[in-house]
Amino acid sequence: MSDNQLMDVIERYLNGEMSQEERMRFELLRKENNDVDQRVAEHQQFTGLLKQYAERVELENRLNAIHQEIDVHTLKENLMVHPAWIVQLWRNHHSKISVAASVALFVVVSVMYLTGSFNNNNSKYVELSNKIDKLNHSNESIKSSINDIKRSTHIDKYTGTGSGFAITSGGLIATNYHVVQGADSVYVQNADGRSFKAKVLSSDPQNDIAILKIVDNSFEGLGTIPYTIRRGESDLAESISTYGYPDGKPAYHNGYLSSNSGLKGDSLRYQISIPINYGNSGGPLWDSKGNVIGITDSKQAQAEGEHFAIKSRYLLDAIRNIPADSLDEKVVLNKKNTLSHLSDVQRVKKEKNYVFMVKVYAN
Amino acid sequence: MNKDLKDSMPTDNEVILGILNNSESALKRLYTAYFPMVLQLIINNNGNEDDAKDIYQEAIIVLYNKVKAGNFELSSKLKTYIYSICRRLWLKRLTQLNRYGGDIRDFQEYLPVDDEVEVHSDRDIQFDKMEAALQLLGEPCKTIMEDFYIYNRSMQEICERFGYTNTDNAKTQKYKCLQRLKKLFFQQK
Repeated sequence: MSDNQLMDVIERYLNGEMSQEERMRFELLRKENNDVDQRVAEHQQFTGLLKQYAERVELENRLNAIHQEIDVHTLKENLMVHPAWIVQLWRNHHSKISVAASVALFVVVSVMYLTGSFNNNNSKYVELSNKIDKLNHSNESIKSSINDIKRSTHIDKYTGTGSGFAITSGGLIATNYHVVQGADSVYVQNADGRSFKAKVLSSDPQNDIAILKIVDNSFEGLGTIPYTIRRGESDLAESISTYGYPDGKPAYHNGYLSSNSGLKGDSLRYQISIPINYGNSGGPLWDSKGNVIGITDSKQAQAEGEHFAIKSRYLLDAIRNIPADSLDEKVVLNKKNTLSHLSDVQRVKKEKNYVFMVKVYAN
Repeated sequence: MNKDLKDSMPTDNEVILGILNNSESALKRLYTAYFPMVLQLIINNNGNEDDAKDIYQEAIIVLYNKVKAGNFELSSKLKTYIYSICRRLWLKRLTQLNRYGGDIRDFQEYLPVDDEVEVHSDRDIQFDKMEAALQLLGEPCKTIMEDFYIYNRSMQEICERFGYTNTDNAKTQKYKCLQRLKKLFFQQK
């Protein structure tokens, strides 16, 4: 069968001009012969496109005929958005306006120059010095009111604050040595705002660690400590967090561990990237699981964003070195971390009950 | 906009039923109802009335084909649909002409209709090719193709019209014409 004849057959098939028997035979052929099948599909598609094209042309003609009847010009006039008169004025005359403005500016400046407006600065100086006088005055009044306040407050006149955190449920608290250095008396204040008297149980000035003990009669113990103290070193980039009392207000911060050594290769400290302030000194540094990995030690901060923490290993050593005779009972550290599965929010909610503001009184 | 036009604004259902029933008057009412809206869009966005006509007719064709294909579900007002299609088509045209300044002054709310415009554009390319192929084909082939494949005239009629001695000759001629048309169509890039 030539191509010509095949095409004839395909067309008769597609136009439904075949007898039932012939049709069945052809459909069988289509099934058996992939080539024929493809020719049928192709032809159908192409002639379909041709037909659709013709329909499109016809539709376009119809639309054009309709379009002829619309008065486009009038519509256009009505629909054009006309800019505000000032914009039109600018569009039509902007060069003239610019020239006029330049001339006007020039005239104003020269007149001012000629009349000496530029030399007349004295009045401003007078104004300024007046202002300074006023400021001085208000400064004086602030000073006097500060003195009034100083005279009237004699309730909580602690001389320094820091942070500290519990290491046993019996009330042992770790903090920085520099926080309690030279203190006459030390109080710790818990998250609820209650203060307890504490004493410095032992101190390790070299590692800047001090261990306090709550000795207040009203103290009832803390319950099980939820975190553990890690002996091993933590890894770089570990997510870390702290909770403490910068400026005497409780605050949570987080960041990451940026170096395993402090200033000039100081192996006692971690360098941490976490926003902390002076009152954070002595606070706990937790890893993401809530293990204590250090004591935040802001004393060393010298550059912006550069902070340090004493590694927890030295804290463990300091605990072990507490003189036996100053202890009523052996120090038992918590071995089980009950925070690791908690979200940050839940974890901090628990942790903060074990962090204290350390208030130091000295003369 | 004159008052009569506004009064004769067809409902969306009227338009759809009208298109399905090949109603000339419905098509006319549809066309006149929304043309001002599109004219407004185009002439205030760097176009002229001829651009508006082109864009608007394309949009009407998109709508028409969609309704005819039977899968048209009106999820918004017809007005919004037409505006959205025109807006998209015009943005495309502006970009092609490098006249797009980065923002367009809108007069109506609109929907994302990128896909539909894409489908339409693909189809348009095919039609343009077909048009060019038919032009190149020349006579008598063009008329034979049109008579047979578009107007469904019988081979007998075609045979008489072109003075072929018998239908077999006419069929051979038609076959040759079709082969040439296909060649011309597919040759284009």
